[in-house]
Amino acid sequence: MTIDQNIHRQPLLSVKNLSVTFTIDDGRFTAAEDICMDIGRGESVGLVGESGCGKSVTALSLTRLVPSPPGSIESGSVVFDGSEIMTMDTAELRKIRGNAISMIFQEPLSALSPLHRIGRQLVEAVLLHRQISKKKAWRFAEQWLKKVGIPDAEERMYSYPYQLSGGMQQRVMIAMALMLEPALIIADEPTTALDVTTQAQIFELLQRMKKNFTSLLLITHDMGVIWETCERVIVMYASRIVETGSREEIFEHPAHPYTIGLLEAIPRLSKGRQRLKDIPGQVPSPFNYPPGCHFQERCPYAFDRCRREAPPLYDCGGGQKAACFLLDKAKQ
Amino acid sequence: MNLDKKYDESQSLLSVNDLKTWFPVKRGFFSRQQDYIRAVDGVSLELFSGETLGLVGESGCGKTTLGRTLLGLEPVTSGEIYFKNFLLNHAGRKQMNRLRQEMQVIFQDPLSSLNPRMSVMDIVTEGLVQFKRIEGSKEDHARRLIKEVGLSGDAIYRYPHEFSGGQRQRINIARAISLRPEFIICDEAVSALDVSIQAQVINLLISLQEQHQLSYLFISHDLSVVSNIADRVAVMYLGQIFEKGKTADIIHAPLHPYTRALIAAVPVPGKERQDKFAEVKGEAPSTATPPVGCRFHPRCPEAMPVCRETPPPLRRFEDREVRCHLY
Repeated sequence: MTIDQNIHRQPLLSVKNLSVTFTIDDGRFTAAEDICMDIGRGESVGLVGESGCGKSVTALSLTRLVPSPPGSIESGSVVFDGSEIMTMDTAELRKIRGNAISMIFQEPLSALSPLHRIGRQLVEAVLLHRQISKKKAWRFAEQWLKKVGIPDAEERMYSYPYQLSGGMQQRVMIAMALMLEPALIIADEPTTALDVTTQAQIFELLQRMKKNFTSLLLITHDMGVIWETCERVIVMYASRIVETGSREEIFEHPAHPYTIGLLEAIPRLSKGRQRLKDIPGQVPSPFNYPPGCHFQERCPYAFDRCRREAPPLYDCGGGQKAACFLLDKAKQ
Repeated sequence: MNLDKKYDESQSLLSVNDLKTWFPVKRGFFSRQQDYIRAVDGVSLELFSGETLGLVGESGCGKTTLGRTLLGLEPVTSGEIYFKNFLLNHAGRKQMNRLRQEMQVIFQDPLSSLNPRMSVMDIVTEGLVQFKRIEGSKEDHARRLIKEVGLSGDAIYRYPHEFSGGQRQRINIARAISLRPEFIICDEAVSALDVSIQAQVINLLISLQEQHQLSYLFISHDLSVVSNIADRVAVMYLGQIFEKGKTADIIHAPLHPYTRALIAAVPVPGKERQDKFAEVKGEAPSTATPPVGCRFHPRCPEAMPVCRETPPPLRRFEDREVRCHLY
């Protein structure tokens, strides 16, 4: 076996035991606890969870973008393409950010500078990572605007972000994220602020752009979006991963009671007024997560052990794993 | 309160005729030419007692402005709004204040619509105090209301920031129902909530409706949410109603190409798309300069020559209305 093949067998990104805490006036809380995940080359992974579950913090930690203070990466390792990100110096990190790993955020307007024209912002990103002339960079950026479906790209290069609609702004962000042909795209709720018809266009675009073996980590609260875009799903609840598996495993036979409840609570196109299944109670505050399993207070199956110990991820066959004592075969 | 003795249950509670809400915008500094944002441009609809009408559309289509106009929060440019057979557009301040007891609103952002310096008790009883309708002590009344929306009675001594998003929206609902209105506008009332909490709030709204015979105008961009709460749905685009009908008909047999595109664009977990992304192109143009002819024609996959010239009228087929030259 040659070395080259070996590299392709390894995941592109491997996260082990990542924990992130935040210290604010009210005290310290854990935003992400013991996160482990792998993203393969060319694979699309969906990270789903409700607000405050730690999904965005996890994503930001992958390139060490968690603001510190108040945030602090307490432990863990993130290996990207064979190198450890946690111990890199700033210069090395800069080479990776926006180049090998690029990010798309929810609010394009706050991710773009309001004071500079689109063209200048795109060119700046190109020149940071490529040794080419300014003129060439401008042409290059212009072509990417065309590729992401922005009409009159030549003129748009001279527009300020506020002059574009939300969908167009997000396209600019996507162009910026894709133009340096990253190995991994981290997209944090890229379509949440957009209309459904625009959302469909953006996902079509992302899928077309993904052809050249780019990996995608998509962070969202929308199960429908995950279903359409991702091959593998990671479900987070209150700072922990509660379930992971292939798209089919998660949607067809979810194992964790939270995933089951979440899938049932999604409003689907229906014939008229009807009650939805809901998960009783609310997401606990990160300052007082219950002992044991974080979901125990809302879980219909909770028993003594759930209140004492935190469940590890149990194998459910295939690649599916869920953090629930119901799956602990040794005890049953 | 009896505003008009002519009103009886079989009539529509709310009836809107060719309503227009235009906002003037200046073109240039010296220009005398007046331009208008035609946020609501000729909307007619009616709402019956105990019914939910869903109003769906993308951002900027005028759905929020329509809601605000109905409440008298925006001036009417032309058209008529009848509430219980009473013409609202010419209602004076005093009359409007009386009417507002029967019309309430729940907004999207539960925190910004609650005064951070007021306790929950003061928030939910503010209207009751204003109209001198407190029954028993203020505390008891507040407690009854807050329990009705599924919070514990002690919540009345706390302040909005102490609650989670879902709980805050429950406080907003408690305030909205405090005056026992007949009509509530829910403007993206569950859009900011997480899925598991969203389902709880939708169920609460349905329960309250059944108990109190409430009528909702449920405004949302999310067709799946609307289809779970509305008896009838109206689809709005650039200030106009494009299609209106029973929820089941709209969802299962949409007529207008725009409605079809909206439904096709909803990602449904567990179901592969029939025609993958075969939807509309581009984005909605501005309401200041809506396209001539049918407002949807530049994006419509089925546009015909006539669509570029003549605006289609709203045609009625039994209990269905559609604004499209195809029909």
